[in-house]
Amino acid sequence: MNQDVLLSARNLSVRFGGVLAVNNVSFDVKRGEVFTLIGPNGAGKTTVFNLISRIYTPTTGTIDYAGPGGMLRLTDQAPHQIAKLGIARTFQNIELFEHATVLQNLLIGRHTHRRTGLWSEIFFTRQTRAAEIEAREKVEQVIELLDLQHHRESMVAGLPYGVRKVVELARALCTEPKLLLLDEPSSGLNVEETEDMAFWITDIKEELGITVLMVEHDMSLVSKVSDRVLAMSMGTELASGTPAQVQSDPGVIEAYLGSMDDVSSLRRENHKVSA
Amino acid sequence: MRFLFKTDYNQDIRLAKHGGHTFWYSLLGLFLVVAPWALPEYWLAQLTFVLIYAVVGLGLMLLAGFTGLFSLGHAAFLGVGAYTQAIMVNAGIPFPLALACAGLLSAAVGMVVGLPALRVKGIYLGMATLAFGFIVEEVIARWEHVTGGNAGLMVQYPTLFGWALDSTDEFYFLCLVVTVLATLGIVNLMRSSTGRAFVAIRDSEISAQSMGIQLARYKTLSFALSAALAGIGGALYAHKIQFLSPEQFSIIQSIDLLLMVVIGGLGSIHGAFLGAIFLIVMPQLISLGKDFLPEAIGQAAGLQGAVYGIVLIAFVLFEPMGLYGRWLKVRTWFQLFPFYRKGLFKRQKTFQKSDRLK
Repeated sequence: MNQDVLLSARNLSVRFGGVLAVNNVSFDVKRGEVFTLIGPNGAGKTTVFNLISRIYTPTTGTIDYAGPGGMLRLTDQAPHQIAKLGIARTFQNIELFEHATVLQNLLIGRHTHRRTGLWSEIFFTRQTRAAEIEAREKVEQVIELLDLQHHRESMVAGLPYGVRKVVELARALCTEPKLLLLDEPSSGLNVEETEDMAFWITDIKEELGITVLMVEHDMSLVSKVSDRVLAMSMGTELASGTPAQVQSDPGVIEAYLGSMDDVSSLRRENHKVSA
Repeated sequence: MRFLFKTDYNQDIRLAKHGGHTFWYSLLGLFLVVAPWALPEYWLAQLTFVLIYAVVGLGLMLLAGFTGLFSLGHAAFLGVGAYTQAIMVNAGIPFPLALACAGLLSAAVGMVVGLPALRVKGIYLGMATLAFGFIVEEVIARWEHVTGGNAGLMVQYPTLFGWALDSTDEFYFLCLVVTVLATLGIVNLMRSSTGRAFVAIRDSEISAQSMGIQLARYKTLSFALSAALAGIGGALYAHKIQFLSPEQFSIIQSIDLLLMVVIGGLGSIHGAFLGAIFLIVMPQLISLGKDFLPEAIGQAAGLQGAVYGIVLIAFVLFEPMGLYGRWLKVRTWFQLFPFYRKGLFKRQKTFQKSDRLK
């Protein structure tokens, strides 16, 4: 398989009862790129995310991932092992630990890097203290990157939506991922915050060298940061390529706006003719 | 108003965050050490009960307050610990070994009871643990040649390396040492990665899992630790009360324990202690108040239950954070005087939690 490929999905299908949420979707995510999934509501984008983070198991198809020890089958891993393999994610509706401070949230992001056992933690040995300090240092780097210094000690439950979105991104970065899954990073953000988000995604790609796979609706953000785009509709692939190619694809336009045939029936002339 | 100027990450890890902490906790420690000489024997015995219940409360706080798993059968772990201790000490096994066994056996039982927690949560977990509580009570009552059944079981004094701890003072110090160690253990756990994993599971299982936290492992661990503390508390309880019978570990006891952590304040270690004080002091207050009430109410059976119920409802409605939450507000009022605002502790509600994916 190609050395550049970090994640490779082949013929993915998911069926929930009678609903075929994802239908035979295949794509490759290359190392160091920003790959975006777009599509109208219900297209199956988030389901693809949930397949990668192993919340769902595909009905058919496989996902392969270039893990630390070579290519491995992601669909055979348990959900909690995904983070250890270097895949972190954010959620469409923000899933932070609400009754904990921002700092604690970010420290939870360091969970896969813990080195201490239960007993050394109960007695809080020197080793545990060293591990805590080390985790804190890593967390502070992320706080620095995303400008979260002011919110370090605040409870998440008291933070505004825009900040929570950034905290969730920070928590994902704290796991030191190789692949970052962002589920609608700009939803609910204002124009300025969206611009910050675009800036950070570019930073994450270029400075930290993290591959980003995201789902996004805001086309200006998509065209600003994405290297490649995959458009989906009703669970199937429509088109893939650069943002510009995908935006001009007739199939994509049809999925978003409907085809000329659908629209023509609404035209006034047609009514006159039929009347 | 105190401003903490932080220059070192150790400041956030340290137990005493500032001079105030050091001063007040030293004062509390000093009081607890001189208590046997300062308090009448009756109140010392009550203080011993507070310590014992605090140990059990710490366990339940870990489970309910920090991991978000509610157990309606916690008295069963108390019972397992108490009977293990009683039977072993009566058979001549030294106290420390018996205490360790009481904790370990309860932990083992806790792991088994924790198994349904991997599949069900909320009210369904409550039902599973409730059923377990009934089973244990029944086993204690029926297994007569070991537990003495409904006739009860006498418990001998604990002996520590040939030294019989048969006075109120000596046993108080034993309980104090156990409580301090248990508290330090839990505080340490909560400031390291395992404690944070518990909190993560409480607040969002789905994202805890995607952060690499193995839900099954940590839920079982939480049940085991919680049951171990309840078992150790039960062992001390057995020695303090000196006579065990199955009805001491009934559903009423389980509800008392849950009441203790909810009124104390879910999600705070202080809450376990405040709840334990409440649980011990409240019956005293009720019996004191009886004389001032009309006879029809004062002498009515179930007065205590009614008062507990009213107090619980009042807390749920007006102070969901419990006694500890109230204390935080009072403290902030003094710290900020005269600038305290009523809305300071209001949290914005979020209505956009995604559906919990199963």
